[in-house]
Amino acid sequence: MSEKVLIKGNYAIAQAALNAGLECYFGYPITPQTEIGEYLSGEMYKRNLAYVCAESELAAINMVLGASSTGAKTMTTSSSCAVALMQEALSYACADEVPVVLVNVMRAGPGLGYIYPAQGDYYQAVKGGGNGDYKMTVLAPSTVQECIDLTYRAFYLAHKYRNPTMLLADGLLGQMMEPAEFGEYPYPEVDNSSWALTGAKGRDGRAIYSLGACEEKQIKRIYHLFEKYKQIAENETDWEELNTEDADILLVAFGSMTRNIKAAMNELRKEGIKAGILRPITLSPFPTQRINEISKQVNNIIVVEMNMGQMVNDVKIAVEGNAKVDLINRPVGQWLSVEEIITGVKKVLENSYASV
Amino acid sequence: MQVFKIPDSIKKDSKYTFCPGCDHGIAVRLVAELLDEMNLTEKTICATSIGCSVFLYDFLNIDCIEAPHGRAVAEATGVKRARPDNFVFTYQGDGDFASIGLAESMHGALRGEKITAICINNTTYGMTGGQMGPTTILGQKTTTSPMGRFVDTYGYPIHIAEQIALCDGTAFSARVALDTVSHINQAKKALRKAFQVQLDGLGYGFVEFLATCPTNWKMTPEDAHERVRNEMIKTYPLGVFKDVTSD
Amino acid sequence: MPHIVIDKNRCKSCYICLNTCPKGLIKKSSETSRLGDYLVEFEDKNNECIGCAMCATRCPDMAIVEVHK
Repeated sequence: MSEKVLIKGNYAIAQAALNAGLECYFGYPITPQTEIGEYLSGEMYKRNLAYVCAESELAAINMVLGASSTGAKTMTTSSSCAVALMQEALSYACADEVPVVLVNVMRAGPGLGYIYPAQGDYYQAVKGGGNGDYKMTVLAPSTVQECIDLTYRAFYLAHKYRNPTMLLADGLLGQMMEPAEFGEYPYPEVDNSSWALTGAKGRDGRAIYSLGACEEKQIKRIYHLFEKYKQIAENETDWEELNTEDADILLVAFGSMTRNIKAAMNELRKEGIKAGILRPITLSPFPTQRINEISKQVNNIIVVEMNMGQMVNDVKIAVEGNAKVDLINRPVGQWLSVEEIITGVKKVLENSYASV
Repeated sequence: MQVFKIPDSIKKDSKYTFCPGCDHGIAVRLVAELLDEMNLTEKTICATSIGCSVFLYDFLNIDCIEAPHGRAVAEATGVKRARPDNFVFTYQGDGDFASIGLAESMHGALRGEKITAICINNTTYGMTGGQMGPTTILGQKTTTSPMGRFVDTYGYPIHIAEQIALCDGTAFSARVALDTVSHINQAKKALRKAFQVQLDGLGYGFVEFLATCPTNWKMTPEDAHERVRNEMIKTYPLGVFKDVTSD
Repeated sequence: MPHIVIDKNRCKSCYICLNTCPKGLIKKSSETSRLGDYLVEFEDKNNECIGCAMCATRCPDMAIVEVHK
């Protein structure tokens, strides 16, 4: 399958999951990601793989937890307000170190919100909506091609580190069609024989659990998890950079909001404004160190988001006051047009010069 | 001839951490005996639950996954669908199975998941200190129904085994007690059947155990068993409510 | 000869066995547990035990670890 096909983001994610070796899917319908479950229902039946229309997202994510605990490649997909329902189990999955793959095709919130795209679940994804100290691995695709590539990577990272991994897409990516290439699943298979539940044959019983039972054990468990998160950050932090070498201003965006900032950057450069781009591909771990390095060289950092300003706060933490950080945003709906970004950037620059 | 020993499926040198006189100990032993007798130990994966039942993996030498509160049947569904050749059962309390997890427990039965669900009904939330649960009997005093459970405020208790028997995917549903030797023997027989229907691919196997909680009932172990006989069995009659293998 | 073996370390002094043995062969011991409760002991001077295992069946803690018939 190395030729380009015109495909919708949701179908691309579904097919990529199959290519990655998906064995079990558990899900519940919600717009704008329902096509994933629809597509997989037929495809998995044909392949004699496990597919359950769960009674709720709560049940779906817990079925995922059960199936993943056997080492099976397992996925559920959902959207914003329903991913909120899954937070308890995600906290368990982190604590249990179970390789869950979860796709969140974001829609608008809070509450029931609206079915239009948004990026309002950044906090929910990277800070964790569940209880306790934990971190999921979060990948943010910006094109349908990346929906495929990062679905592959999500399966690999989830199993390599035994950590829940989320593909954080949004309704725009889920619903739009683009040419994309599937290729082969590019990662090695991860050996899970040392921990997966298979029945205690020829060995003692194994238990996957999160109960600390005493303070000492609980402290040990948390330090163990954070040692792992450190490793993930060292090995897997990923981002894309454009024209940062000579940039005076840096545009930072993730997911579908990055789609117009390249054109905006080119326009700005034509007008003599030296703009560069940094696009985090992993939102957790976040490219904090790289943003800090660049912040020492630029005057302004402008974060472009489809929410009321969430990633901007992680950027501010990374920048450590080295540069002025501003936000250009729209809470719901469309990515910003090139003109809107340019106008926004100019407004920020005017204000920041005025304040000097 | 040795006629009784600690089952092989029980972890060597493990000791129950249940309160004195708690029937959990008997239920876990029956599970272990059947795993031994039916030769299932090496292919079993258990979904444990939250509450006093959480420590199961400390006692049984089998593979276990700890489910979040109420989600054991969902987890067991995931395990069984991923690994249909394994033997999969849940071990839950009545609060876990029939209150917070009622949707998962019932939909598992409706889908006819080929798993076995075990529910220990002691009419209270034991681990948290004796609050009113879904099965608390009318008139029973608990820390959150200090005047006794009455319908106007607290509603009615749930008859779990009968409800599960109504689900089309259920192959076997029974209620048993652990207060006397004969009831314990009947309980083991029912549990064997609930295991067997899974092995035969017939559907969801379910057993509700009426059990004591002497600590929270504030009774001696024998008085607690007396209460099982005089109160619980009257409210929750013992019996097999569905068995697809009988004509 | 029919007899039982009690593991004192497993016994939690619930005394269910006392009422269960049809021959009354299990009684409170003078020995106490770590928590100060009287443990139980098996005494069968007249070889009355028949190895029915009712005590082991009802013991919630598997403290009656062996029954011989």
